[in-house]
Amino acid sequence: MRFIFKTRYDQDINLFPHGGAVFWYSLLAVTLLSVPLIVTPFYVGELSFLFIWSLAGLSLMVLTGYTGLISIGHAAFLGIGAYVHAYLVRHGVPFIPAILCGGFAAAAAGLVIGIPAIRMRGLYLAIATLAFSAIAEEVFVRWETLTGGSRGVPVPKPQFLGIEIDNEIGFYYLCLAILVLCILGIVNLLRAPTGRAWIAIRDSEIAAQSMGVNLAGYKALAFAVSAFLAGIAGGLFAHKVGYLTPDIFTPILSIQLLMLVMVGGVGSIHGAIFGAIFLVLLPTVISIARDYLPAAIGQQPALEPGIYGLILVLVVLLEPLGLNGLWLKIKFFFSQFPMYKSATFKRQKTYMRTERLQ
Amino acid sequence: MHGGRSMAEFLQLLVNGLAVGCIYGLVALGFVLIYKAGEVVNFAQGEMMMLGAFVAFTFIVQFGLNYWIGLALAVVVMAAFGGLLDIVVVRRIIGQPQFSTVMLTIGLGVMMRSGASMVWGPETRGLPSPFDKTVLQIDGVVLSAVYLAILVTTALLCVFLLGFFRFTRVGLAMQAASQNQLAAYCMGIPVKRVLSSVWALSAGVATIAGVMLAPISLIDPNTGAIGLKAFAAAVIGGFGSIPGAVVGGILIGLIELFSGVYLPEGFKDTAAYIVLLAVLVVRPQGLFGAVGRKKV
Amino acid sequence: MTILRAQDLAINFGGIKAVDGITFDVNKGEIFTIIGPNGAGKTTIFNLISRIYQATSGKLVFDGDDITHMPPHRIAGRGIARTFQNVELFEHATLLQNLLLGQHAHRKTRPWEEVLFLPRVRVAEREIRRRVEEIIDFLDLQHYRDVVVQHLPYGVRKVIEVARALCTQPKLILLDEPSSGLNVEETEDLSFWIRDIRDDLGITVVMVEHDLALVNDVSDRVMAVNYGRLIATGTPADVQNHPDVIKAYLGG
Repeated sequence: MRFIFKTRYDQDINLFPHGGAVFWYSLLAVTLLSVPLIVTPFYVGELSFLFIWSLAGLSLMVLTGYTGLISIGHAAFLGIGAYVHAYLVRHGVPFIPAILCGGFAAAAAGLVIGIPAIRMRGLYLAIATLAFSAIAEEVFVRWETLTGGSRGVPVPKPQFLGIEIDNEIGFYYLCLAILVLCILGIVNLLRAPTGRAWIAIRDSEIAAQSMGVNLAGYKALAFAVSAFLAGIAGGLFAHKVGYLTPDIFTPILSIQLLMLVMVGGVGSIHGAIFGAIFLVLLPTVISIARDYLPAAIGQQPALEPGIYGLILVLVVLLEPLGLNGLWLKIKFFFSQFPMYKSATFKRQKTYMRTERLQ
Repeated sequence: MHGGRSMAEFLQLLVNGLAVGCIYGLVALGFVLIYKAGEVVNFAQGEMMMLGAFVAFTFIVQFGLNYWIGLALAVVVMAAFGGLLDIVVVRRIIGQPQFSTVMLTIGLGVMMRSGASMVWGPETRGLPSPFDKTVLQIDGVVLSAVYLAILVTTALLCVFLLGFFRFTRVGLAMQAASQNQLAAYCMGIPVKRVLSSVWALSAGVATIAGVMLAPISLIDPNTGAIGLKAFAAAVIGGFGSIPGAVVGGILIGLIELFSGVYLPEGFKDTAAYIVLLAVLVVRPQGLFGAVGRKKV
Repeated sequence: MTILRAQDLAINFGGIKAVDGITFDVNKGEIFTIIGPNGAGKTTIFNLISRIYQATSGKLVFDGDDITHMPPHRIAGRGIARTFQNVELFEHATLLQNLLLGQHAHRKTRPWEEVLFLPRVRVAEREIRRRVEEIIDFLDLQHYRDVVVQHLPYGVRKVIEVARALCTQPKLILLDEPSSGLNVEETEDLSFWIRDIRDDLGITVVMVEHDLALVNDVSDRVMAVNYGRLIATGTPADVQNHPDVIKAYLGG
């Protein structure tokens, strides 16, 4: 059992609470930096996918996990980022400005949906994002100059400082660097007044407001930041898949992102990463499982989305805090070893009808 | 607009729009029923409609039963399914944050969609209707009886539901439970059973909507996406009012069909969503709803 | 000296006059209690002062400024803090985070500075923490600093709400039924704290309260309301013996 004896306020303000955390994160950094030198390019590619998913998950985590605003249309923001980035790259804009523009375009779209959303309560907002993504899907098909219509557009390899990144290893480091920067930015926000205001909005809007939180401003900010990150993830995704078609950015992608957040654990950065790992491993597990299932089920293409749905349902029913919650429980179990009591994590139910629309 | 011909076209669009709108309205009505009773927003309502249509397809086309018997069986089967869904799954998360219920029902919807695709295959299917062949000609306007049947069925169903809520014990219990679960429970109303019967009722209504939809637009496992348009209808109707849901559905249906003809391509599929967003921005509480606010 | 003045304050909810033309003054440094039967409009008065509700008519003047139309999120920065009847804490955050949010109205950093966590953000965070620690010491909450609020007992959560309100560095604090759900001991502690809030921190206290022992113990003045109207104002003893107040409680 570890006791942390706090003597300075900075210990709570710092990125890492204690030396142990510094050690483990350094170890993780060294591992991640050396991985491409050890494993085959296929796995390097899969890891880049993991980083992109993590970024997309981080984006939805800010909005849904920390601010409590549900978005069922996050695929639209990814799509906007991807298409804008791809368009600019095709027209010779260097990588960094292009991906930032993609992010800002998505952020602008986020504000367009977020600012009216301020007046909406939780559920209406979820419905609004769903409608927004349905409209965006239609726009992706019809706006041919930007998106190439339903035929799609090819995405050239990223040019970074004049060097073309055409192998998996270079792209791996690019994704890793962007992911780390984004996580740092979000963690910084979360340990400052902005992040606390988001959490406050999630837990009690009315109390947040009477403590001086401008609900409209911080909700809009959450939307903008979340959409920005989604846009960046979209830009990386565009390079990763190499060819963009509108059927990438469908509701099923939004649902995968929700599943990522739920499975990982709502309200934690670790959760976004855990969720992304889960999501990257899942197709492999499913394809293995197909061999063991009876052919009537195993060979169905619809099996995969069905399993996504099943997982979502099971997580909500059994472990609403997701993998991160499970991880915290395990940690807690060992830190308290003989004293552990399961009631600590008992879920509280409320029967007050407070979130009613009417 | 010029001459009788475009007038005829206009009337035809009107009837078709009304009919499509009625279907949206019925699905929306299912949302509203479940929402009012248990404060669960069922994102799988569209999928329930799709499942209902497929079950009816099995009875009528695959088993070759009489249309009406097949329809009745499908309604019963789906009502049982809806009730079971509540008992087995949804009931467990009552009292948890809204976020959980949204996630849960989205997950259920996706499962239903893929389940349907596994059982009935991804192809589109048609469902014959006894009114298929009948065509009415009024004043040079050709109206298909299928559309008129939808209007009549919806009207009958609304009257039935109104009577049900006004005059039957179960209906009154549902109303009581929707206003205050705790108080209803204390008055001896078996709230859990009432909630399950609301799910059954709403699944039954969705099935009828699905069966009516099948002849005018073929069904496939993705038909459930109509749920989003029904959402638009429910929101326009104020998300708590049953007549509001039907009126909202009709509005959406009309807007959709007319924008398909009079607006550039691409608007037909998005008109409902644009209207939804516009309503949410201008009047977030819906056209018929009152402002609700958390009490502190 | 008057710190808060409500003049002909009124609000209608669809024809029901929840507050019907109430006028009262709260003096600087006093403990002012609003009493009245359930549904009399006490909490509604609080919601009007903290601008959660928009008054239908009337005027609110706080510390020389007209706040009748001030946006609700500006109220905290202006110097009015409040607690809620049914505890509205940020349940999934730690006590410390809850209290740090209390300082939100005084934040000095902008989001873009926070993304980079510039040195000035760190300086500001230290200062916020120092002020929060003062309140933690004041209300003896050191024990629970890093505990997630939802795991704490109700009595403690009530105190945390007071602490969070104090963290906004208010001039006036509104306590909505601070003793409801507390046991006798906790209520006794509360009466000391309420006096300390006034005496040591110099904060004016307005509270809604049902526990008459507590009311008599700490209040300087009491205002009784019923059906959204003012019945009586005065010392606790005067108001409790006022015939209209007795009638309001006992009927007749």
